[in-house]
Amino acid sequence: MTSSLNLWLIPMLPLAGAAINGLLGKKSSRTAVSVVGLFFSGAAFVWALSVIWRISVEDLPYREYVAHWIRYGAIGAPGSFSADFALYLDQLSLIMLLVVTGVGFLIHIYSVGYMWDDPSYYRFFSYLNLFMFFMLTLVLANNYLLMFIGWEGVGLASYLLIGFWFTKDSAASAGKKAFIVNRIGDFGFLIALFLIIQNYHSLDFTKVFAQVQPVAPETAGAGLLTTIGILLMVGACGKSAQIPLYVWLPDAMEGPTPVSALIHAATMVTAGVYMVSRSHMIFERAPMALMVVAIIGTLTALFAATIGITQTDIKKVLAYSTVSQLGYMFMACGVGAFSAGIFHLMTHAFFKGLLFLGAGSVIHAVSGEQDMRQMGGLKSYIPWTFGTMLIATLAIAGIPPFAGFWSKDEILWKAYSSSHGSHVFWLVGVITAFITSFYMFRLLFMTFFGDYHGIQVDDHGRAHLAHGDDAHGHGEPHESPMVMLVPLMILALLSVVGGLVGIGNRFEHFLEPVFGTGFTEGTGEAASSVMEYSLMGISILVAFAGAFLAWFLYISKPYLPQKIADGLNGFYTAVLNKYYVDELYAKLFVKPLIDGSTSILWQGVDRKFIDDSVNSAADGARTISDNARHMQSGNLRSYAGWIAAGSAVVIAYMIWMGVR
Amino acid sequence: MNQLVPLSYYLVLSGFLFACGVAGFLIKRNIITIFMSIELMLNGVNLSFVAFAAHWHALAGQIFVFFVMVVAAAESAVGLAIIIAVYRTRETLNVDQVNLLKL
Repeated sequence: MTSSLNLWLIPMLPLAGAAINGLLGKKSSRTAVSVVGLFFSGAAFVWALSVIWRISVEDLPYREYVAHWIRYGAIGAPGSFSADFALYLDQLSLIMLLVVTGVGFLIHIYSVGYMWDDPSYYRFFSYLNLFMFFMLTLVLANNYLLMFIGWEGVGLASYLLIGFWFTKDSAASAGKKAFIVNRIGDFGFLIALFLIIQNYHSLDFTKVFAQVQPVAPETAGAGLLTTIGILLMVGACGKSAQIPLYVWLPDAMEGPTPVSALIHAATMVTAGVYMVSRSHMIFERAPMALMVVAIIGTLTALFAATIGITQTDIKKVLAYSTVSQLGYMFMACGVGAFSAGIFHLMTHAFFKGLLFLGAGSVIHAVSGEQDMRQMGGLKSYIPWTFGTMLIATLAIAGIPPFAGFWSKDEILWKAYSSSHGSHVFWLVGVITAFITSFYMFRLLFMTFFGDYHGIQVDDHGRAHLAHGDDAHGHGEPHESPMVMLVPLMILALLSVVGGLVGIGNRFEHFLEPVFGTGFTEGTGEAASSVMEYSLMGISILVAFAGAFLAWFLYISKPYLPQKIADGLNGFYTAVLNKYYVDELYAKLFVKPLIDGSTSILWQGVDRKFIDDSVNSAADGARTISDNARHMQSGNLRSYAGWIAAGSAVVIAYMIWMGVR
Repeated sequence: MNQLVPLSYYLVLSGFLFACGVAGFLIKRNIITIFMSIELMLNGVNLSFVAFAAHWHALAGQIFVFFVMVVAAAESAVGLAIIIAVYRTRETLNVDQVNLLKL
């Protein structure tokens, strides 16, 4: 074991940045705020890199004890429980660490340019750093409880940042929606933790998994591990926006675009995937829970992708795309290919972060417009943004040799070949890949090709600011400043080469110490390599087909989409309205809750019972004192009368007692 | 001791006098009548004092009566002076109209 790596610095640095900016930022200049924000997130990144420099593979997993926390009973005694502030670093958390700090730092840089004109500039950076702190806590935690702190903390940061422009009603309610929907997931997560405590008397990853390891897989029926697994998945569904809890993510696009990139694409939403992968020991012994994960992931991938086709808001398309890609990751986890899921998580962080930042750059260019129908032809105005967006689109569509191809193909192959997989998963995955390619190229074509449809602004460029807060409003579409473009370029580079680490299963081998070997290989080795290449061919074919269809519909025959939409009237409307899921939830859950709260809790319990009892106590006191007040009239003789009456009563009493 | 009149007669009379005093005090409006009612109550009490004193052969009761008489005399002197002052300033002796200390 090497000397201490001081891992604790990695989360603490952004926390310090958040505190400094949050407490002093209001009075500081923008430059000072940027310096603080960038320094502390950058320092975390540098420290993470230095950790890699100083550590060797033999040292992993590395544990670092930071401080005492909860100690109940003597250690090791039956019924005792302990959880410490302790950090845990293995190959899995190392990858997460690099993705979070690296992509996070790039997005911090980008935000300097994007948020420069915002009046709450300091608040933004404070929240962003706070998010980094919690995310790093989540990733580095040594036990489920510390992880849960990070888990809740990123939820808080997400809430704060979605509702960053809280004066806008839609942003405030989107924040609340995200928070509340996440609570539902957290409920499941918490119960899973309680079950773990009850049965394994610990939340420490190592201790829990050591107890789980000897257990045979629960093939016969659902048992304890299956229950824990499914409950953990409920938590993951909330955080990672899977069916049925995905509804908050598209609304979360109300937040500033860098937030969408960092939290709602690259890092936070992948926490669920990380958590499921971290708990692979549990899931591997609960085939039914794995099946649930795979089914949810696959369904979400397809479902969200179809919604993505019809959306016209550039960020909404990307949001549904994110939901869909997260579905892929869960599909991978569900077939037991955790390393493939993490691989896709990493490449997705690159290209989806890039897509969102690019979308932000586009929005910046067209003065806050987010409707793609108002764009078009931007290719010549903002060439750098276009170039990077093109790379990201190629990556997500799964066209080789870009990053997305490698990871997505890995997932599809595993879905096909794994002992937990099935051809159905593969088929749905391929269909989704086709749809993904289609809607991404649709986005690209609608935004960058054709003619510019935006309203031409007047001389001083203060014309049409439908989405006013994001706006800058100066003249015709213009390229973003360098501070925004450089992160785009770096992410574009990563989107190109990021997938190459997966060639020859190197990525999988790297994660082997965590996930174990040979688990996912189900079918015979002989047929597999031929099979693998032909399946790869199919997915490449499908990606190109999607791109071609998008080209055909949106470049070659731009009048066709409307016709098709009209032809599919009812279905198209349903998809356009996101299958009415929001409306369904509103009817099923939200409205009964509101009605119940209004009529029973508010009007019934609160007003009739609590308010009334307090009011009638006060009323009673007033009535009594009102009557009693009349005795004190100021009239001398009435006092005398009272005295006489009183003494008469006393005398009567005494006589009565005397008689007895 | 051979008593011609039993104690209870005195006490009933004393009670009656006191009750008359109370009733007069409560009902009458003229300050002088009220004043007289107070004297009546005092005398009713005095009567019971002497009656008991005679009955029990205890001197204390009779001494109390002298005290009461002295206080009553002083009180009527002061009271009558106040009544005259009130009448001079307000030109009425109706208590209902004399419910304020300040004019």
